Amino acid sequence: MAMFEVRGLCKNFGGLTAISQLNLEVEEGEIRGVIGPNGAGKTTLFSVISGVYKPTRGKIVYLGKEMSGLKSSQIAARGVVRTFQRTALFHHFTVMDNVLVARHLRAKGGLFRTIFGTSRRIDMEQEKKALEIIDFMGLSHLKDELADNLPHGHQRALGIAVALASEPKLLMLDEPVTGMDPTETQHMTDLIKKIRDEWAMTILLVEHDMKVVMGICDKISVLNFGKKLAEGLPQQILDNPDVIEAYLGGEDVVALLGGEEAVA
Amino acid sequence: MLKHKVLSIIGVVALIAVMSVLPFFAREYYVEILIIFLINVILAASYRLIATTGDWTLCHVILMGAGAYASALMAKYFGWPFWMTAPLAGATVGLVGLGIVYPMLRTVGFGFFITSLAVGEFIRLSWIKFHNPFGGPRGMINIPEVGIIGSIDFYEAIPYYFMTLVITLVCLLILYRIDRSRIGKAFKSIYEDSVLAESIGINVGRYRSFAFVIGSFFAGIAGALLAHRLGAIDPHIFGLDEMVYLLVWVIVGGSTTFAGPIIGVAVMTILFEWTRPLMEWRPLFFGVILIGFLIFMPGGLESLVPKFTRLFGNRKASQARAEEPAGAKKSVV
Repeated sequence: MAMFEVRGLCKNFGGLTAISQLNLEVEEGEIRGVIGPNGAGKTTLFSVISGVYKPTRGKIVYLGKEMSGLKSSQIAARGVVRTFQRTALFHHFTVMDNVLVARHLRAKGGLFRTIFGTSRRIDMEQEKKALEIIDFMGLSHLKDELADNLPHGHQRALGIAVALASEPKLLMLDEPVTGMDPTETQHMTDLIKKIRDEWAMTILLVEHDMKVVMGICDKISVLNFGKKLAEGLPQQILDNPDVIEAYLGGEDVVALLGGEEAVA
Repeated sequence: MLKHKVLSIIGVVALIAVMSVLPFFAREYYVEILIIFLINVILAASYRLIATTGDWTLCHVILMGAGAYASALMAKYFGWPFWMTAPLAGATVGLVGLGIVYPMLRTVGFGFFITSLAVGEFIRLSWIKFHNPFGGPRGMINIPEVGIIGSIDFYEAIPYYFMTLVITLVCLLILYRIDRSRIGKAFKSIYEDSVLAESIGINVGRYRSFAFVIGSFFAGIAGALLAHRLGAIDPHIFGLDEMVYLLVWVIVGGSTTFAGPIIGVAVMTILFEWTRPLMEWRPLFFGVILIGFLIFMPGGLESLVPKFTRLFGNRKASQARAEEPAGAKKSVV
C-alpha cells in the first residue's frame, strides 16, 4: 500500500464543486508535483488533506490509517504538515520563536514543569533542534529578527522552517517559490530536494513555476476543474495533449516546453 | 540582554520593598485601597493571560464574583478556614470556567466577547434569583473573617494587606512563568495566526480553554480575597461597571507586556482616588480616558516604557535605537 492515498475525494462548497472523484497514491520518499491552472483545486486539496476542510465524500489514508475529518492539529501530530500559499507566519515573533513554537508538538513536559522551572533541559534541547532547522534553511544570521521585518524570500523560507520544526513525514508545500527571483528560486529548489534526501521526507508540491516542477518532481499529477487530468513522469506530462490544451493560452504552453523568452 | 534582566529584577525587588513599607506610612483608609489594588492586580494579570490568545471576555469580574461567593459559602456553611476556602474557590471557578468555555469556543473575537457577556450575566442573574444559597439581590453578609493566626489578627488592615501581598506575588509569579513558557508562546501564536498554529499541531480549542480556565482560577482567588476583606458581597459589585473598569485598566496599561495591565491598575487606582470628590462624573471621566487611549495611545502606557528608557539610558543604546527604522515593531513574546 502506498504511504499516502486519496480515494474518491470530493469537496463541495455549497453548489460549487472544488474537487471531484480524486484519486492519488503517493509513495514514501516521492516528490509529487500537483499542478494545474488557477482554480483547479490544488490548494483546496491541500486544505482538505490537512484538515482545514472536511471532505464531502471520499477518504484520505496515511500510513494505512484513515485521516479524513480529523482536526489539523491531529493531522500534524500524525506527521502531515502543509505550508500556505499566503505567507503564513507569526509576524510579531522572532525567527527563533517562530520555529520554537512549532517545536511545541514534539517537546515533552507539561504545565507543572513549566511553572516550576524544571524544564530547562527540555528547553535547551528544543532550542538546539530549532537552531538546526534555522541553519538548514539559511536563516541563522536572522534568528533574532522579527518575522515581519524579513524580506519576502526569507519569509517563505521561514514558513518552511516552521513546518519542518513539527517533524512531519509528509510535507505539503503550497507554491514555495512564489515571488522569488531566479537565484532564490534555484536555492529553494535545491533546499526542497535536500529536505527529501536528508530528512527522509515525502513531499507534495503545488507550484506554477514549471522549471521547478520539472526539475525536482519524481511524478506529476495534473488537476483541472477539480478532477485529475493526467498523471505520470514529468516528460509524459509535457507530451500529454490534454495537459497542453488545459494550459492553452500560448504563454503557458511555451512555459511548459521550457522556453521563457516568449512568456509575455 | 543580561543587563536588561538584572535591571528588571532590581526594579521588581525595589517595587516589592516599596509595597512592603508603604502601609506603615499610610492612613488605614489607604491601606484598604492598597488591598483592593492588589486584588485588582491579580484580576488584571489573569485577564491578560486569557487575552494573549486573542480572547477578550466580559465575564471576568463575574468569575471573580463566583470565587467570592464560593469562598464565602464554604467559610460560612462549612466553617472552613481561609487558607482552605481560597484555593478551593480558585479551583471551583476554574471548573466553572471549564464548564462554560466549551460552547463559547465556537465563537471568536467580537462574537466571543458578546457570548462571554451573556454567559457572565447568566451567572450573575442566578445569584440574584436564588436567595438560597446566594442571598439574592441583598447578597451575603457576615462572611467569616480570616481570623487570628498566631498572634496576628487578620481583621486588621495591615496584616490582611501583607497576606494579600504575598498571595498576589505568588499568583503573579505563576502567571509570569506560564506567560514566558512554551504554553504562553502557544497562546500568543493563536492570536498571531490561529490557522497556522493549528496546522503545526497546536490544538487551538484546547489551548484557548486552557488559558480561560487558568485565568478563571486566579479570578476566583481574587474573589476569595475580596469576600473575606469586605465581609459582605452582593451581585451588584460584580456588575458590568466593574468589568468596564477592568477593561480600562488593561487598555490604559497595555496588554502586550506582562506588566502593562499592572501599570494600568496602578495609574487608574490613583486617578480613581483623586476623582473621588467628583464621583458622579466618574463614568464620563473614565469613558473619555478609555476613548482617548484607544485613539491616541492604543499601545497603552507600556508603550511609553521604551521611550523613557531611551531618554534615561546610556548614549550607545539611544544611538542604536535611533538607527531603527521608524515604526519598527517589537517582539510580543
